[in-house]
Amino acid sequence: MDTRALLEKSKALRMDIIEMLYRCQSGHPGGSLSCLEILMALYYRVANVDAKNPGWEMRDQVVLSKGHGCPALYAILADKGYFPREDLWHLRQIDSHLQGHPDMRKTPGVDVSTGSLGQGASVAVGLALAARLKNASYKVYAVLGDGEIQEGMVWEAAMSAAHYRLDNLVFILDHNGLQIDGPNDHVMSLGDIVGKFAAFGFECRKVNGHDIDEIAEAMSDVPEGKPLFVLAETVKGRGVSFMENNAGWHGKPMNAEEYSKAIEELKGTHHG
Amino acid sequence: MAESKSLRVAYGEALAELGSTNDKVVVLDADLSHATMTSIFASEYPDRFFNFGLAEANMVGAAAGFAHSGFVPFVSTFALFGTGRAYEQIRNSIAYPKANVKFGLSHSGLSVGEDGASHQSIEDIALMRVLPGMTIFVPCDPVETKKAVFAAASMEGPVYIRVARPVVDVITSEETPFIPGKANIMREGFDICIIAAGLMVRDALKAADSLSQKGIHAAVVNMHTIKPIDSDVILDMAQRCKAIVTAEEHSVIGGLGSAVAEVLAGRSDARFARIGIQDAFGRSGKPADLFRAYGLTPEDIERICIELMQ
Repeated sequence: MDTRALLEKSKALRMDIIEMLYRCQSGHPGGSLSCLEILMALYYRVANVDAKNPGWEMRDQVVLSKGHGCPALYAILADKGYFPREDLWHLRQIDSHLQGHPDMRKTPGVDVSTGSLGQGASVAVGLALAARLKNASYKVYAVLGDGEIQEGMVWEAAMSAAHYRLDNLVFILDHNGLQIDGPNDHVMSLGDIVGKFAAFGFECRKVNGHDIDEIAEAMSDVPEGKPLFVLAETVKGRGVSFMENNAGWHGKPMNAEEYSKAIEELKGTHHG
Repeated sequence: MAESKSLRVAYGEALAELGSTNDKVVVLDADLSHATMTSIFASEYPDRFFNFGLAEANMVGAAAGFAHSGFVPFVSTFALFGTGRAYEQIRNSIAYPKANVKFGLSHSGLSVGEDGASHQSIEDIALMRVLPGMTIFVPCDPVETKKAVFAAASMEGPVYIRVARPVVDVITSEETPFIPGKANIMREGFDICIIAAGLMVRDALKAADSLSQKGIHAAVVNMHTIKPIDSDVILDMAQRCKAIVTAEEHSVIGGLGSAVAEVLAGRSDARFARIGIQDAFGRSGKPADLFRAYGLTPEDIERICIELMQ
C-alpha cells in the first residue's frame, strides 16, 4: 500500500476509533490516536502476519504493551480481516470479544494479553528468546507508552533484552508526552529517554511517530547483536483538534457534540 | 526405600530428568539457581536455561512469552519473591491468559529457618489459590516432589509447586498414585481426621501414631493438591469422623485450612480446627525451633486433636 493510500486509511481508521469509543462511552481516545501510525507501520509495512491464519507459528509478533491503545489495534485488525468490522461497535460490551484491554484468548490477531503496564515488555522478551531457541526468524515488536516506562519492570526487560542480545526484538515508544495526571515530566521525569535505552545497550532511533514511512524505515535494517529502540514522537489525540495535546482526553467519553465535531474534522483532515 | 533429601534437590533432579525427555521444557531462575537447584538442569541443558538476574517481575513476564511460543517454562526462585514480588505479573500475564507456565518455588514456609521473616513465605498458597485456573501442589517428600514436577509438565495451564528446603524422609512410595486434585489417604481412622500438606504430613503421621496409643484412631490425609481441592475426601472424612484438623506450614488464613473450611462450611457438623501460622510473621531460628515456637510439631497436632475430641 503506497503512502497516499495509507494516509487515506489512517483517516478512516481514526473515524473507526472515534466511532467505537463514542458508542461504548468509555475507553482511551488520546493514546489510541497517538499510536495509530506506529501500529499501521507494523501491520501494513513491517510485520509478516496473515489475517487468514492468526495463529501462524512463524508470524511476526506484535505486543501492544500500552494495552489501553487497543481501539487503534482493533480498527486495524478489523480492516485487515481478522474479524468483521461490525464487531468494533460492540467494544467493551458484555459478550463482545473486544475487551477494554487486549485479550489474546478472545480476539483473533491479538498476540499477547496486555493492559497492566510494563508487562508486555517482558512478555516480548520471552517471545524473542523463544523465537531464537526455535531457530525461527520472526521478529517481536512491542509498542510501549511513555508513561509506561515509569514502570520499573520495563527496565528489567530492557536489561535482559540487551543481556541476551535480542536483535529480533524492537521496542517502539509512543512518546506523546502526556499521561493521565499531566505531562510526563510533571508526573515523573523521564529524562533522556534515548540516552537511557542506549545506556542499557539498545540501538536507538528517533522518528516522527505519525510518518508511517519513517517509522517503517527505522525498523528496516536491524543491527546485529542488540535490541532496537525506536522513539516515535507523537501527538496525543492526533487528528482531533480539541483532543490534541490534552491529557484530559486520556480516558474521557465524548458527548454527541464532541463526537460530531471529531468526525467532521477527520473527514476533512489532511495531516502529513 | 528412597533416600532422604531436600525437596529442592528432588525438584532440581526431577527438572533435569524431565528436560531429557521433553525438549520443550525451559527453566528460568532469578540468581538463585544454586538454592532452587535448577543449577542441575542449567548444567545439563544450558541452551534451555535462562537466568534473569534479580528481576522476578521480568522473569515471570518472559515466562509467559515462552509459553505463548509453545515452550513449557518452569520458573524458579524463592516462594516469597516468586508469588509475592511478581504477583500481579502472575495474575495478568500468566493466569488470565491461561499461559502454560509452571512455578517451582522453593524455600517456602517457616522451614527456611535462619533467614527469618523476610524470606519465610507463609502466604504463597493464599496468593496463588485465589487466581482462577491455578493448580497448586504441595509435595510432602522427595518422591512426591518428582511426581508433582512431571504431573505439572503433562497438564495444560499454570501450576504452582510449593517446594520446601529441609532434608526430609521419604514417606510415600514410587507406586503411590499422584493424581492432581485427588488426595491420598495415608492412614485410615474413624475418630478424627488430620488433613495435612507438605512437611506437615510427616508430623501428622507421627501424631496419629501417638494418638492411637491413647485409643484415638486418627486418619491422615495427604492433601498434595490444594487447588483444585479434593472436596469428596474432605466431606467423606467429615461424615466418618467426629472432627477434622488441618495442618500446614502456612498462614491459616487462605491456605489449606481455609480451603478445607470452605468445603465444610454449611455441609458438615464435624468439629474443626486449623493448625498453621496464626496470623503472624515468622522469625529467625532453626526450623525445628520455629516449628515448636509456632505450634507445628507432632505434639501440637496431638494436643489439638485430643482437645477437639473432648
